[in-house]
Amino acid sequence: MLRLAAVSYRYPGYATPVLHDVTLELAPGHIVGVVGANESGKSTLCLVASGLAPGSIGGELTSGTVDIDGSPTTGRPLHELATHVGIGFQNPATQLSGVSGSVFEEVALGPMDLGLPARETVARTKAALATLGIEELAERAPRRLSGGQGQLVVLASLLAMRSPYLVLDEPTAQLDPEGTRLVGEALRRLAGTGTGLLITEHKTDLLADICDRLVVIDGGRLVAEGPAEEILSEPALEGHGVEPPTAVRLERALVERGLDPELIRG
Amino acid sequence: MTRLSLERVGFVYPDGTRALEAVDLDVETGASVAIIGQNGSGKSTLVRHLDGLLRPTEGRVLHDGADTTRLRTAAMASVVGIAFQDPGRQIFSRRIRDEVAFGPRILGRSPQRVAASVAAALELVGLTDVADQNPYDSGYSRRKLLALASVYAMETPVVVLDEPTTGQDARGVARVAALVATSIAAGRTVIAISHDMRFVAETFARVVVMHRGRIVLDGSPADVFAEDAWPTLASTFIEAPLPARLGARLGLGSTPTERAFVDAVAARHGP
Repeated sequence: MLRLAAVSYRYPGYATPVLHDVTLELAPGHIVGVVGANESGKSTLCLVASGLAPGSIGGELTSGTVDIDGSPTTGRPLHELATHVGIGFQNPATQLSGVSGSVFEEVALGPMDLGLPARETVARTKAALATLGIEELAERAPRRLSGGQGQLVVLASLLAMRSPYLVLDEPTAQLDPEGTRLVGEALRRLAGTGTGLLITEHKTDLLADICDRLVVIDGGRLVAEGPAEEILSEPALEGHGVEPPTAVRLERALVERGLDPELIRG
Repeated sequence: MTRLSLERVGFVYPDGTRALEAVDLDVETGASVAIIGQNGSGKSTLVRHLDGLLRPTEGRVLHDGADTTRLRTAAMASVVGIAFQDPGRQIFSRRIRDEVAFGPRILGRSPQRVAASVAAALELVGLTDVADQNPYDSGYSRRKLLALASVYAMETPVVVLDEPTTGQDARGVARVAALVATSIAAGRTVIAISHDMRFVAETFARVVVMHRGRIVLDGSPADVFAEDAWPTLASTFIEAPLPARLGARLGLGSTPTERAFVDAVAARHGP
């Protein structure tokens, strides 16, 4: 279990916290979605859940604890933490190492850093590329990739690490609809193998398909939590700056016009 | 006034990757055009030809019918402003306000005009209140809006937006749509690359679909998302938006937007 208990976090150089009293649990094999308006604290939550904040970027937990399978993450060396929880940033340009000549090398970096034997590294790299359907990018130069291709390569790098928990900050933001669908399926399969996933996304259509539970954050506070379907049809959702899935919007629009919402079911 | 034309444009990157093949495209002044297609289909490469950042390896790019081969990129960029997909590639100022002012200033605009276009651009994307902050105190989505505002403020006749809604929440998408509408109302041309089919169908009059460096569909949202175009869309892994699929299933014709769908349902089943 990856657990945040009453966590408040303050960035270095700021007097006040941006996350307030956040409690959430991520069980192995589950997908928990995080929704909220921009600047509501979603990316900060990702940094804190992965231990990068305060571990790498500083600041402090002004209250609460983050622990993984019972051990607090604070004070642990990052290379050790990285074997428990991986993080995928919003912008692939932030994440790609810049030192690899090819996508294959880029994806292999993680397993190599873990000190795995070459055979295992190659096997994991091939499997990760295949899972996301990007084997044909293997020989390409990472700096020549489009934004969406970069995002898939970043995800492949995380898959190759095989950490038990993954935190993904808008993993499909730059992806085309097909890439988004592929990533959704890959994440579902990954959860099926026992990985726990915490995902922020604006694409509520995707979250409706893949998440077990959803949390809503607003102003750095967790304001709602529950089964994905329940949260996504919650009328208060829009008030928190979150767009309901297309099907929910269409049903509402039909009802408003006195039309039968059953038309779009089935 | 600037009409853009690509004539049989082909482009091969130095590493041998072919990104464009025999692209013909005419964009009239004041048009609103969305370019869609899977990642790597050549969309970003295409728009970089419009302002001379890339030069075609085959074919010609024309501004108002004149070949741009001899035009310097700086001259082309004063006509076509591009907001890149990754805002980190264009933001360098320490204050949001200065970032937006940079473009119009280097175009030699008067201080009064610079101030006015900066104020208008910031207002449009909702950044007026944070204008004196450092761009890097904001998250990715706000920096993205800043990059859009910076290009908008240059008041170039043509505005190109590469994936402008990436990472935006509902309010952010509405702001981007307002920026497009305001630009069109001012007589400017807007060309946007997007994967957000709802934004595309609701915001643009014309949709160009790319697949492996070629244009495979070109028409209104109702044309491009109509049922008979689905096989072509599927070849580039695009699915028509949900209202279009539901409209086809219910035999309502092509209903690419939520409004078109609900209107069509009302016309048939309404009281």
